[in-house]
Amino acid sequence: MSMKVYIRASACISAQKTFNSDGFLDDIIEYTGTRLKAIEPDYKQFIDPKQIRRMSHVIKMGVAAAKQCLNDADVTMPGAIITGTAFGCMQDTVTFLTRIIEQQEELLPPTAFIQSTHNTVAAQIALMLKCHNYNNTFVHKGISFESALIDAIMLLNEKETDNILVGGTEEMVDTSFKVLTRLGLYRRQPVSNLSLFTGEFKGSIGGEGVGFFLLSNKPSTDNLAELTGLKTLYKPKSIEEAIIAFLQSNDLKIDDVDLIITGKNGDIKNDEIYNQLSDLLFKNTSLANYKHLCGDYSVSSSFALWLAANIIKKGIVPDTVIERNIEISSPRKVLIYNHYQNKYHSLMLISAI
Amino acid sequence: MSSSVYVAGVGVISAIGNNVAEHLTSFEQEKAGMGDITLLNTIHKHQLPVAEVKLSDDELAEITGLSSTISRTALLSMVAAKEALADAAIPDFGNLRTGFVSANSVGGMDKSEDFFVEFLADNNKGKLRNVFDHECGSMTEIVADKLGISDFMTTLSTACSSSANAIFYAARLIKNDVLDLAIAGGTDAITKFTLNGFNTLMILDKELCKPFDEHREGLNLGEGSGYVVLVSDKVAKTLSKIPYCKLSGYNNSNDAYHQTASSPDGTGSYLAMQGALKKSGLTPSDIDYINLHGTGTPNNDSAEGTAIKRLFDPVYPPMSSTKSYTGHTLGASGGIEAVFSVLAIKHGLIYPNLRFETRMEEVPFEPEKKFLKDQDIKHVMSNSFGFGGNCTSLIFSGI
Repeated sequence: MSMKVYIRASACISAQKTFNSDGFLDDIIEYTGTRLKAIEPDYKQFIDPKQIRRMSHVIKMGVAAAKQCLNDADVTMPGAIITGTAFGCMQDTVTFLTRIIEQQEELLPPTAFIQSTHNTVAAQIALMLKCHNYNNTFVHKGISFESALIDAIMLLNEKETDNILVGGTEEMVDTSFKVLTRLGLYRRQPVSNLSLFTGEFKGSIGGEGVGFFLLSNKPSTDNLAELTGLKTLYKPKSIEEAIIAFLQSNDLKIDDVDLIITGKNGDIKNDEIYNQLSDLLFKNTSLANYKHLCGDYSVSSSFALWLAANIIKKGIVPDTVIERNIEISSPRKVLIYNHYQNKYHSLMLISAI
Repeated sequence: MSSSVYVAGVGVISAIGNNVAEHLTSFEQEKAGMGDITLLNTIHKHQLPVAEVKLSDDELAEITGLSSTISRTALLSMVAAKEALADAAIPDFGNLRTGFVSANSVGGMDKSEDFFVEFLADNNKGKLRNVFDHECGSMTEIVADKLGISDFMTTLSTACSSSANAIFYAARLIKNDVLDLAIAGGTDAITKFTLNGFNTLMILDKELCKPFDEHREGLNLGEGSGYVVLVSDKVAKTLSKIPYCKLSGYNNSNDAYHQTASSPDGTGSYLAMQGALKKSGLTPSDIDYINLHGTGTPNNDSAEGTAIKRLFDPVYPPMSSTKSYTGHTLGASGGIEAVFSVLAIKHGLIYPNLRFETRMEEVPFEPEKKFLKDQDIKHVMSNSFGFGGNCTSLIFSGI
C-alpha cells in the first residue's frame, strides 16, 4: 500500500495535561493506584450544555477532542470520520444492562440503549458537523485504532478525499475496571504511575482516553509529521523479523530510526518482548515509553501517535518518556511498537516532514 | 492493485435456513422464519415474534467444532464463514494473503448477560469465562482462529450497516493490494439487550413485520450471519468455477440527522445509493433489483422509500425487503443480504416482500409480491442503514 499521509493536527485527552496545553508533558501528574482517569476538559467550549448532560464520558471526550483537532487543523468539514474503540460505549452499555436486570425488563428508558452502539462517537461528531461524508467505526480489540488508520490511509490513497478525521476512543468505567482487574490485567496493589516500570510485577494500570488526528495527503509546513508506515500483526512468529521487514518495506534499517516508542506497561510478561528487543534489535536506538502516563487501554496507541507527532514537530523528547537516550537530537524518524495482550502487535512509522 | 473484486463464495445462516440451499427453498416456498421466542428467558416471550436460527447453542457447537460456552454470535458466524470458504474452494489457499473482516453489533453480549446477573449481586461473582469474550472483536478472532486465518483480521461496528461496511472495507483491502482474498460479512445473535433496546424505542411489531406497507408497525428482531468470499483478479483466474459476480459499487454516507431516526427525505440513504451507482459507473435504470434495507418501521421505510423515489423516479426496478423472511438481523443484515443479492444474480431470482398489502402513501411504487425465477438480473443494489445515520449501499454485478 503506497501512502502519502500527513498528520495535520492532533488532539489528545488523557490522564495527563495533553489537551489544549501550552506545555508538552513538562508538568507530569503522579497518580497512586491501579487506574488512571482522563482529565476532563471544559466541555462547554465544545458541546451544547443541554447535550452534555445526556452524553456519556466517552462521547463527551470524543466529541471535544474531535472538535479541537478540526479547529487546530483549520478544517470545518472532514471528508471522512473514522473511529476505533475496543469496548465502545461502556457506560451506557452497563447502565442499560443493569436496568434490564434490576427492573426485570420493565419501564426501561431508551437513552442508554440508543447511545450504547459502538459507532455513537463517530455518529455524534457527524451529527454536530452535519457531515454526510464517509463514517466508520472499528472495534477490533488492541488494533481498533490501527484498523481505523488503515481505512483512512486507503481512502487517501483512493483519492476519495484529502482530509480525514480519525481517532481512538476508550472509556474505563467501574464495571470494566473491576472485570479487567479480575481477569488479571492490572496490579493488585496500588502503584505510583511514575514507578510503573520499576521491579517485576504482574499486571499494568488501567487507563482511558481519546486521541484524534486530522490526516491529509496534502503537504504543508503546518503538518506535524508524516505517517510513513503502518502494519498490524496477529500472533507473529518472530516480531523481530517482522520489524526488520516492516522497516525494509519503508527502505529503512533499524539504525535509521531515531527513537522507538514501545508499549511497555509494567507487566512482566507483557514487557518481556520489549526487554528482549532492547538488548538485541533496538540496542543502539533511543527508547521511550508512554503507558505510565495514560495507563493501558486498547487504543492507547493513539496516545503514542499523538506523542510521536509532537516529538517530531517540537523537536523535543520529554524527559518523562525516555527510557534510554543514546543520542540527544531532534528525532526525525520515530517507530512506535505496541502490542496488546501479546496477540495484536502494531508498528507505526512517523517521520519529519 | 486489483481493478475488480469478485465474489467467489457465499455462506449464510438465518431463521429461514442453516445454509444457502435451505434459504433458496424457503424463499421459493415463501416461508418466513418468525415465531415465538424460545432461546431467551424474557418477559417478552409470547408477546413479540422474533426470527431465531432454529439451532441451539449446543447444536451450533456440534456443527462448528467450537465450544458451546462460546457466544452464539461467534457460533453463527462460524457456520456461514465456513460455508462461504468451502463454497469458494480457493486453490492454494494457504499461500495467499487472506483476511477475515467481520462485523457485529452485540459481541458476546448473550454471555455477558449471564455474567452480569451474578456480578450485579456481588462484584466478585460471575463466571469470568462468560465475560472474557465480551468484545465485538473477540467474535471475529474466535472464527479466524478456527478457520486458520492470521494474515489480517478486523471487526467493524456501525449498527445495522455494519457488515455492508465490512464487505466493502475488505474489497478495498484487496484493491489496495493488502490482501489477495477476504471473507467478509457479519453476524449477530438475538440478545435480551437488543430485544429490550428496540422494545424501548417502540419499533418492534407485535405481529409479523410488513416492510414498505402503509400499515407497517415495526420490525421483528432476527439473528444469523452471512459472508461473501471476495477475491482479486489474480485469484479469480485460478478458480475452478466462474465467480458469482463482482462487487462493482459501494458507498458509505451519513444521514447526520438524529442518533436513531432517519431524516424524512432520506438524505443518508440517497447519498449512499447515489455514491454506489457513481462508483460502479451505472445509472439507476441499470439496476435490476434492489434488496431494500426495509426494516418495517414507519420511519425507516418512509426515508428509504423517499430516497428511492428521488433517485429512481419515474422507472423503478423490482425491489423487496427480505427482512420479511429473516427479521432484522442487525449487524448481520448487510452480510446476509449481500449473499441474497449474489444469489439473485446467480439464479435470476427476485424475492417476494412477504405480507405486503397497501402501498405507502409517499411513494408511487410497490415492492415485489411474488417469487420470480429465471429473471435476467445483472445488477443488484443492497441497502443497509443503521443507527448513527450510518448508510451504506452495495452494488453487485454479474460478469
